[in-house]
Amino acid sequence: MPVPHTAFAPEAMSNRSLRAFLHGFPGVDEVGARARAQDLSTRSIKTTAKAEAIDLAIRMVDLTTLEGADTPGKVRSLCAKAVGPDPADRTVPRVGAVCVYPDMVATAVEALRGTGVAVASVATAFPSGRAPMEAKLADTRRAVADGAGEIDMVIDRGAFLSGDYLKVFEEIVAIKEACGAAHLKVILETGELATYDNVRRASHLAIRAGADFVKTSTGKVSPAATLPVTLVMLEAVRDHHAATGRRVGVKPAGGIRTTKDAIRNLVLVNEVVGPDWLTPALFRIGASSLLNDLLMQRTRLSTGTYPGPDYYTLD
Amino acid sequence: MIFEYAPAPESRSVVTLRETYELFVDGAFTPAESGEHLTVVNPADESELARVAVAGAADVDKAVTAARRAYDTVWSRMPGAERGKYLFRIARILQERSRELAVLESMDNGKPIKETRDVDLPLVAAHFFYYAGWADKLAHAGLGPDPRPLGVAAQVIPWNFPLLMLAWKIAPALATGNTVVLKPAETTPLTALAFAEICQEAELPPGVVNILTGAGETGRALVEHPGTDKVAFTGSTEVGRQIARAVAGTDKRATLELGGKGANIVYDDAAIDQAVEGIVSGIFFNQGHVCCAGSRLLVQESIAEELLPLLKTRISRLRLGDPLDKNTDIGAINSAEQLERIRELTDTGEAEGAERWSPVCDLPGSGYWFAPTILTGVSQAHRVAREEIFGPVLSVLTFRTPEEAVAKANNTPYGLSAGVWTEKGSRMLWTAERLRAGVVWSNTFNKFDPTSPFGGYKESGYGREGGRHGLEAYLG
Repeated sequence: MPVPHTAFAPEAMSNRSLRAFLHGFPGVDEVGARARAQDLSTRSIKTTAKAEAIDLAIRMVDLTTLEGADTPGKVRSLCAKAVGPDPADRTVPRVGAVCVYPDMVATAVEALRGTGVAVASVATAFPSGRAPMEAKLADTRRAVADGAGEIDMVIDRGAFLSGDYLKVFEEIVAIKEACGAAHLKVILETGELATYDNVRRASHLAIRAGADFVKTSTGKVSPAATLPVTLVMLEAVRDHHAATGRRVGVKPAGGIRTTKDAIRNLVLVNEVVGPDWLTPALFRIGASSLLNDLLMQRTRLSTGTYPGPDYYTLD
Repeated sequence: MIFEYAPAPESRSVVTLRETYELFVDGAFTPAESGEHLTVVNPADESELARVAVAGAADVDKAVTAARRAYDTVWSRMPGAERGKYLFRIARILQERSRELAVLESMDNGKPIKETRDVDLPLVAAHFFYYAGWADKLAHAGLGPDPRPLGVAAQVIPWNFPLLMLAWKIAPALATGNTVVLKPAETTPLTALAFAEICQEAELPPGVVNILTGAGETGRALVEHPGTDKVAFTGSTEVGRQIARAVAGTDKRATLELGGKGANIVYDDAAIDQAVEGIVSGIFFNQGHVCCAGSRLLVQESIAEELLPLLKTRISRLRLGDPLDKNTDIGAINSAEQLERIRELTDTGEAEGAERWSPVCDLPGSGYWFAPTILTGVSQAHRVAREEIFGPVLSVLTFRTPEEAVAKANNTPYGLSAGVWTEKGSRMLWTAERLRAGVVWSNTFNKFDPTSPFGGYKESGYGREGGRHGLEAYLG
């Protein structure tokens, strides 16, 4: 990747140096990026390839419930589903993680103990990110203390858009520190970033600040995870890997509801950053209703009949 | 994990091939006087698809006579609005049969179904729709208050976009009130013959469209026939020269769309990932069988070292194989003859000192195949930088200043297409203004639209096809 590698990003962080770093990346041509995503979305994934893709997608799902109306009962039920997505078919793999609000972490951890399914928690005043830094840190520390293995933080989009890159950077660094051993996913909320240039810059900013994953969206803002946005983020992690050797994950979240959507994302990963990223360790899909569609398609492929939605649990 | 895409072949069952096809003259399929046939093969596996008649001088004469009669008695007298209705009808039938025609085109030409389905066929229909709309508005085309058709047009088209080139030729000719005798390429006549059936289905008056199959001799007889008023040719510069000689001294009009050696200029501030896409589509679209292909990459030297690995990674992800597989990016080379030419020129490039690179790529056992190839370290003096390869072979050159980029881009006997990649509007306009090429794409490549005129400078030919300008070639 031309111009500035993260490897030689400036020593002394300032808004000026971060600006020089981020604005040194080549631009993204919107028309071209959309055309590339559209072209890849015409890949035809059938039969054995589809079966493999469905199982992989299930293992990549961060099964999510982020509603004000969440209850411990609903979270426990979701956890049960995460471990055995299809009660009628025990060959279905587990999902990647269950993603909940911080106050539900303890419930989820208890329900998932020993299952291998991770607990992810949103934090830092999700979804808006509008809270004092002390509150964001406390939010994060509590989720980690309760056993969350993964933290999904939101960036301060207002600061990013106003050019205060240093504030965004320092927040990510501080949250990363508060995470300790927990993996940090940084939500860019690309629906509010307006341009693909901004998506690329925000990705590199988050990666440079220590993100283990960059994530598109909270799911509370539309548009959420579009294919061109995921494409640009995958290019960012590809370039970071080429420059430093470090692998950063990508998580599209929001708006991925069908098996077709999920498979298109996997094709994007396969052809943009390469098959090394086709693992739940480096690619996740944040979703709730997607899982049932994956299960229905899986059953259809193996039995030839398409079961109705009533055969699958709602949560 | 390795994500292997399972085969996803488009079904061939939508296509019904006849064993033998005759000439389409005066609204009916008619055997050639000689009774001769040539065999058409699928370039992806060398299997025989059909046998088609070879038209000789007597057949050309019959077809021209039929076209003249249709011109004099029906088509030139018909109100434009009525001609338009026929063209709209043809466009709709093309859309209805587009799946069948896409599969047939892929079988006959070797190009991937993804392209015939998403590029060729939509453009074919769009071209007929576009010119159908012009048929009753010719007085407003800026060519005088009452522009008149020329008469009978002799049209000879190449094998790289068989049905699309037919559309480029026939749609404007018919919209303006001319009748045509068209010869498709020897290796790819099948979609033209399907088009003949569509003319019947649309109840186009007999003789308005005549289709003569055959090889070079048929084409020669057609362009030399004294009974035509216009010659329109798309193909090699060599044959274009012969045609120009043949029509010299006659009162025939001619438009020639010939070869190219397009430069794709990538400046250091380009949106690099999209530039890589544009380089790839510029040279590997349709296996590089594109007269306006971006076959010379001119990359600013300061980013060359960073761009080439990205380009190579991207090329190594191209999927070469069965043209009917929906995931195929690169199909077969159209003929053994063309494959030989690509091989010969590419070997020459290597012998002249260029470094040759291709991804690891399994070529099918039968059929005509050539792996996507990059030649780096090419200089302007190398044959591969000067001659049209017409295959999936990219010559990479570098430049230091914008002046040098323009000088190198223009330093070719051709002048059909060019590309400019930069995020800076002023530099883009500065460059485009100086490029001697009929079409200049900026931050994209190989985009076509019926409303946009297309044609070349210098040895890339003369005349324009497409858009309002395309009408001029068929109006007096």
